[in-house]
Order: sequence, then C-alpha cells, then structure tokens
Amino acid sequence: MPYYENVFIARQDITSAQVDALADAFSEVITGAGGQIHRREYWGLKSLQYRIKKNRKGHYVLMNIEAPSEAMQEMERLMRLNEDVLRHLTIRTEEIPEGPSVMMQGRDRGERGDRGDRGDRGGRDGDDRPRRESAPVAPVEAVKAVDTPAEDGDKA
Amino acid sequence: MSAEDTTERPGAGRRPFFRRRKTCPFTGPNAPVIDYKDVKMLLRFTSERGKIVPSRITAVSNKKQRELARAIKRARFLALMPYILS
Repeated sequence: MPYYENVFIARQDITSAQVDALADAFSEVITGAGGQIHRREYWGLKSLQYRIKKNRKGHYVLMNIEAPSEAMQEMERLMRLNEDVLRHLTIRTEEIPEGPSVMMQGRDRGERGDRGDRGDRGGRDGDDRPRRESAPVAPVEAVKAVDTPAEDGDKA
Repeated sequence: MSAEDTTERPGAGRRPFFRRRKTCPFTGPNAPVIDYKDVKMLLRFTSERGKIVPSRITAVSNKKQRELARAIKRARFLALMPYILS
C-alpha cells in the first residue's frame, strides 16, 4: 500500500480536544479501510501566515498514513465536507518517516520560550530588514553574490 | 578557473573579481533535506518579499531548486509561509 502524508488545518475556535476527536474520526476512516496510521502529530494552534476564511490561527495536525487510495479519497472527501477543516494537503511519500517531524523538533526548542517563537515571527512582519541581513548564512552570501551576476548580466 | 580547490565553500581565497565556485547547499553529505515542513530552512531561500530566490543567486542545483520550489509552494498553501510579505 502506498504511503501518504496528510496535514490538515482546523478552525481556531475549536478546542484541541475537538481537534483530537476530528483526527480520530479521520484515522478511523483509514483504519476501517485496512490502512494504518504510522505517525500522528499535533502541532498546536499556530498562527497562519495569511487569513483563511477569516481565521488568523489554526490547529495543525499531521498524519503519516499507509492506506489504499480509496481510503485516502474517502478521507479527503470528508475533510472537504467538514466545516472545521480549513485546509488539507495530502502528498504521497516514498517511505515512512522516522522520528518526529521538523515541526515537533522546532517546537521542543521553542518550548522554553513560547515567547521566543512568537518574537521571531513578530520580527518578520515588523523590522524585517535588519534581522534578515544579520541573520543566517545563506542570505548573506546571496546578497554578496547578487553583485557579481548582475555585472555579468550587464556585459552580456 | 582553478576552481577545484575553492569548491570547498566560503571564506578561503576570496579575491576581488574572482567569483568562487559555489556548490549547491543541498548536495553532499549532511546536506539539509528539503521538506515543506521545515519553514526556517525554506525562509532562507525566499526574499524579503517572500519570493523564491533564483538559483543563480543561491547556487542551488537545478534539480534541488525544483524540489525547493515545490516545498515552498506547499508550505505556502498550508499557510506556514506567506505568499507575499509586505
């Protein structure tokens, strides 16, 4: 059976217990059809980068699934019908991932400062520029590199 | 270009007007895996406006750039990343 990875976003107004119930319901569809849930993660109430149906936040749930395609189709159909689900994405994966996803690792690091995480995000909307320039490795290099290709472009 | 020794990556012999040969950040051992969930990593390859940075600037290989673009678009769809930052 193929492997799938599904992420869905639930409305911000429902409780995390309700989200869990929702995920349970979807899992049941899968297991009922002979599939299997290999990994399930609740990423928590995350702020969306843009508004979806007037929501600024959403509960994210990730599921790694091994199931026949019919089961997936049925689950997606139910997700589309369910008004609590803002959005969902299913992709096919080659294998079952090991360990928690990047999201959970990031969460652990950010846990000490739930604040720290938020601060990061705030910085992006607000004073983006200074932070970016002094930040990670790639952009700095990128900025330097911009000059050279541009010159090349002029000559060409 | 006596590129072979400078392929190692930054720093080394950087002289003016000698563009060092850059290597793809996703190739080689302990290279990061391209994953749409890894927003922090993906943000390094987007501009301040939230656009995907062309590979000629980031030196990402063609194949990886396609993979990267796909990952960024997935992250955008899930509102993990903005379509536009203004």
